[in-house]
Amino acid sequence: MAKFDFGDDSVVVIIGSGAGGGTLANELCQKGIKVVVLEAGAVQSPQTFINDEWKSFGQLAWLDPRTTSGTWRVAKDFSGLPAWICKTVGGTTTHWAGASLRLQEHEFRVKTHYGEIKGANLMDWPVTLKELEPYYARAEDKMGVTRTNGIPGLPGNNNFKVMYSGAKKLGYQDVHTGNMAINSQPRDGRGRCMQLGFCFQGCKSGAKWSTLYTELPKAESTGNLDLRPESHVSKIEHDDKGKVTGVVYFDKAGKEQRQKARIVCVAGNSIETPRLLLLSASAMFKDGLANSSGQVGRNYMRHMTGSVYAAFKQPVNMYRGTTMAGIIRDEAGHNPKRGFAGGYEMETLALGVPFMAAFLDPGAWGEDFAWWMDHYANTAGMWLVGEDMPREGNRITLNGNVKDKWGLPAPNVHFDDHDNDIAMRNHAFAQGEKVYKAAGAIRTFRTPPYPSTHNLGTCRMGASAKDSVCNAYGQTHDIANLFISDGSQFTTGGAENPTLTIVTLAIRQAEYIAKQMTARSI
Amino acid sequence: MRVIAIETMFEGAGCEDASAGEVPKLDLPLARREFLKGSGVLMGTLATGSVLAALAPSTAWAVELKTLSKAEGEAVMKMGRVLFPHKKLPDAVYALLAKDIDAKAAGDAGAAKMIKDGIAALNSAAGGIFAKASEKKRKEIVKGMEGQPFFATVRGQCITSLYDNDMAFKVLGYPGSAWEKGGYITRGFQDLKWLPAPPLEASPKPYLG
Repeated sequence: MAKFDFGDDSVVVIIGSGAGGGTLANELCQKGIKVVVLEAGAVQSPQTFINDEWKSFGQLAWLDPRTTSGTWRVAKDFSGLPAWICKTVGGTTTHWAGASLRLQEHEFRVKTHYGEIKGANLMDWPVTLKELEPYYARAEDKMGVTRTNGIPGLPGNNNFKVMYSGAKKLGYQDVHTGNMAINSQPRDGRGRCMQLGFCFQGCKSGAKWSTLYTELPKAESTGNLDLRPESHVSKIEHDDKGKVTGVVYFDKAGKEQRQKARIVCVAGNSIETPRLLLLSASAMFKDGLANSSGQVGRNYMRHMTGSVYAAFKQPVNMYRGTTMAGIIRDEAGHNPKRGFAGGYEMETLALGVPFMAAFLDPGAWGEDFAWWMDHYANTAGMWLVGEDMPREGNRITLNGNVKDKWGLPAPNVHFDDHDNDIAMRNHAFAQGEKVYKAAGAIRTFRTPPYPSTHNLGTCRMGASAKDSVCNAYGQTHDIANLFISDGSQFTTGGAENPTLTIVTLAIRQAEYIAKQMTARSI
Repeated sequence: MRVIAIETMFEGAGCEDASAGEVPKLDLPLARREFLKGSGVLMGTLATGSVLAALAPSTAWAVELKTLSKAEGEAVMKMGRVLFPHKKLPDAVYALLAKDIDAKAAGDAGAAKMIKDGIAALNSAAGGIFAKASEKKRKEIVKGMEGQPFFATVRGQCITSLYDNDMAFKVLGYPGSAWEKGGYITRGFQDLKWLPAPPLEASPKPYLG
């Protein structure tokens, strides 16, 4: 591992080592650029991952204080845990399920395609699918996405069999084991999926792509990476010309450090990224860095989500095998006849007994709840994930009443469901129940949203500096050497799981940064 | 005859050194019961021949309480059964709830008062001993306390105490950790037979090297 001096102002500092930060780090290192990655979490590995839901949660999840407000049900069920994302080297790529879908063409230009929707801050992306296609292809190859690059699909488990059977009876056409960044056969030095059933707990076989054991070691082998785990960034600093000059962070020992930088890239996930820009407010940038538009922290999206569980007369044993084992894509398009804009995906999902108890129906008790737990072995499950509406009022702010262990204000996550989100959720619930009834379910259950895993949009990209935070490359409009490198860039959310798009944008951003550095424009 | 001490369960997210929830195979002679220092000891036996008997060296179990009395522990166990009634889960699982509630009380005087007052309220509503009231009466009493901090504490604790241990896993049909057994690639991840197998284009054959 390279070690760069704190005073070395030629390095690129990347904050965060997940899908965005970890990929960007490798891409830059491969081009010969010196990179310092500051990751708040500690290092784990497939050897240290734990096949135990609660213990793994304690090992990987971001548990620093956060608060919630708004009408979303998560604020009631999990008031201190708005998001289920990770604080560990590799970030949430340790926890993600592996679903790797490209956004659809129209999802990059929803304002044009859907028209004006009241209460929604719709905007077209400043980039098109066509422009992103070559980068999507590189991301799929890098991540080893099944059903691309000649990689076979994964074998479906019991949970998928149930979904497939019901979906086909219902008339759905586009149903298969998905496009997954999980090795169906050995590839890129990693083994094939062992069908462990603990995708969310860190993949112990290493078959699922995570920056932890792909991008970061590859970056390290170039000699250009200085990865510093357990380094919590508290502030980005700038000079009197308004260029960022470096960052302040607390190291493993809790000691304050200052790392100089030529460029700073923020990839802390869509809650911490805007929080850091807001925390970095100064006399020159009173509302926080890169916030002349006032959009930093706004347009927070978390995808329309919900789950349907169904009990059958006979065993399913859904816990066996990949957590997200298959998908129905027929509802993913934009079809306003359904009563809402945008679309959603239906993806199998399984929880173990401990998390089933925690998430099936938070706050519930009594005979009905016990009935569902008693039928655990005969239960099948799916997750519903679709496009939600960006709203200016859905936002990350600093909560001065709650402080983290460094004395910094905690982020508050405010979210109000848009009517479109509610209409879509109800439609998705109904369709999910129909799928399982067609497969012979004796009972179905509508599970409310889990804490958010798809946090998006809080530093959106756009064509104009007036109403967006960064340009099509994630470069902030206000500060040329400050970049947004995670899902915060998303202008709108699309229906698809966002990781593939985050990786795609990171590959493209790396190319742009390298060019700008060579041209000495930054 | 031996006593099985059921060790502290995982008590919440972020607790790193929690036990795995197994029933430790301790050789603790029954005669040592008198030396247990706690204020109460809950005891029972697992039904012989039950699926759980294989998990333990003996069918007898005991849980030591530090702050709550035996009677208070029994009230908590019964409240747990009202909240999450599982005929197939033995008392030993509900005793884990009593142990975890006792641990909360042991660590904090305010919590101890809230818990002891809550149990007293259960008894008072039962006009005597809550644990001995009829099932119907117990349900009414617990329902009547919904929304109170004591109710929320016990209900919340149930989620990890009752459902994150090897006995519950066994009863509900969840084997837990799969890594050390090689996952399910050769152990039935697609063994469901009551529906037809999807075609190969939707679900290709597993790669078996």
